[in-house]
Amino acid sequence: MTWFDSTANDPEAVGLVSTDKTTAAPREQFTGQVGFILSAVGSAVGLGNIWRFPGVAYENGGGAFLVPYLVALLTAGIPILFLDYALGHRFRGGAPQAFRRVKGWLEGLGWFQVMICVLIAVYYAAVVAWAASFFVYSFGLDWGDDPEAFFFGEHLQLPKSAGVDTVLTFDFVAAVLIPLVLVWVAVIAVLAAGVVRGVQRANVVFIPLLIVAFIALVVRALTLDGAVDGLNLLFTPNWSALGDPNVWIAAYGQIFFSLSVAFGIMITYASYRRRRSNMSGPGLVVAFSNSGFELLAGLGVFAAIGFLAADAGMAVADLSIAGVGLAFVTFPAIVSEMPAGAFFGALFFGSLVMAGFTSLVSILQVVSAALQEKFALSRRAATIGLGVVLGTVSVLGFSTTTGLILLDTADAFVNNIGIVASAIFMCVFVIWFYRRGPELRYHLNAVSTFQVGRWWYVCVGAIVPVMLIVMLVQYVITRINEPYEGYDTTYLLFAGWGSVALLVVGAIVFTLPRWRGRDEFAAWPPYPVDTVSEQKGAVR
Amino acid sequence: MTTEAILMMAVAMVIIWGGLIVSILALRARPESADLPPGGEDDHREDAGIIEHDT
Repeated sequence: MTWFDSTANDPEAVGLVSTDKTTAAPREQFTGQVGFILSAVGSAVGLGNIWRFPGVAYENGGGAFLVPYLVALLTAGIPILFLDYALGHRFRGGAPQAFRRVKGWLEGLGWFQVMICVLIAVYYAAVVAWAASFFVYSFGLDWGDDPEAFFFGEHLQLPKSAGVDTVLTFDFVAAVLIPLVLVWVAVIAVLAAGVVRGVQRANVVFIPLLIVAFIALVVRALTLDGAVDGLNLLFTPNWSALGDPNVWIAAYGQIFFSLSVAFGIMITYASYRRRRSNMSGPGLVVAFSNSGFELLAGLGVFAAIGFLAADAGMAVADLSIAGVGLAFVTFPAIVSEMPAGAFFGALFFGSLVMAGFTSLVSILQVVSAALQEKFALSRRAATIGLGVVLGTVSVLGFSTTTGLILLDTADAFVNNIGIVASAIFMCVFVIWFYRRGPELRYHLNAVSTFQVGRWWYVCVGAIVPVMLIVMLVQYVITRINEPYEGYDTTYLLFAGWGSVALLVVGAIVFTLPRWRGRDEFAAWPPYPVDTVSEQKGAVR
Repeated sequence: MTTEAILMMAVAMVIIWGGLIVSILALRARPESADLPPGGEDDHREDAGIIEHDT
């Protein structure tokens, strides 16, 4: 913590001591740039970087995918990240508070984002718990010769056939339940300790450890026989893919989902930075760290897959190269085949746990901040309340024998419809409708070292909404025409479309109650055009 | 590896990891903006809605 933290030891500067004479508690604050960057990286780098990017890149043109990927990073990823930062930092609140300060009724969009976090948190915790179990299994290579049967059969105890009566049961599986409860206890402890002593400290410990562990893993993977063949598969460019619009959509989707933007996290984290602090400079570091980690994951995963394919004489087409299948079936198989596999397995699953846990912390901080601000709850009350409620739902829904099916369905619908819609709403209302683009750009440029040019309006006002609307429409049409993964349509109506409906209902229900107290907020620095009085009038 | 694959891998590394290094170095050189507007000292009245009962 030595880099730029000249004020780190000043209790007033870090927000531990209130400078005003009112009864209000000071807003919590990251102690400085390093704490903020590591926390934001901890949020952005999650399971998606490790298990989504390599497969997406391979299937969408290999080396050629780099072109749409970089274009998407520069025209969508970084611009939306800046939009989130500007909203959170200027309007100094979690998602509902920040949007309310843009325009009263937009608070509903904030709660929509909070609801996305609620839904994601309940199943994301389950994946972190599986990874924790596999971290333990890896010491004894407990999955034996058939990791697929071990994961689905022995660990999750998933029923073999998928019919109406086998997609939802309440038969609990102890091997899933116990780690899941532990994950919830740990994450609640971190949140209850606060932004500095909980969130920031967890990230300052876990993110450097994650980077070291993951680099060790990748270096080991690259030295395996067959690694070169794997890298060949990943990087050999298929230039004709660049003419396929779906490849471009996949690139925008990958950037969008892996950066953790547009569902409240970056708004919330930015609101915990001091007002007089650089935003866009650290934003670039976070965006490039996220992509840098994905590239590292691509190298590691494909080197390991090349080894397995050569060793077992299998074709890559026969292996799971993404998602749950990659992490819990293909990787255990790789670990079993290689020398000192237990160590390699522990590094891989340990990395998954750290990447997932730090993301889970950020997801729940969104919910906690929103509850604290709207209902004037103390941090501990909000954290313990949400922990008990969401932890119970999570354990009931995801530690049963059918947890995987529910998780898979909720994940697909919440991500592809919920988050995408949330980003479209942000662009449409904040940029198009209420014309806050110039004010937000002014804010970023006033406080930051990296100046955001007019190109930003084109990105957040045109490129991002157009790409995301295409993605959303295409996805909804696909889902209407073919049931997701061939699951039962009645089940999908409740678990899939029901999840989306829950986002909307939750957004309305939480918007309705009145805020406690008057909001005497004034944005700093004042926007030169006379919008300050307008802002004051916009919120009660 | 084929030459084409090596080339694409190298380009990816240079742009993405290079971008990361450049952005870190730029931030180290200028951690904060030198000409911030006056004001903006943290004034906690903005948080008047939140009461910390247990601190």
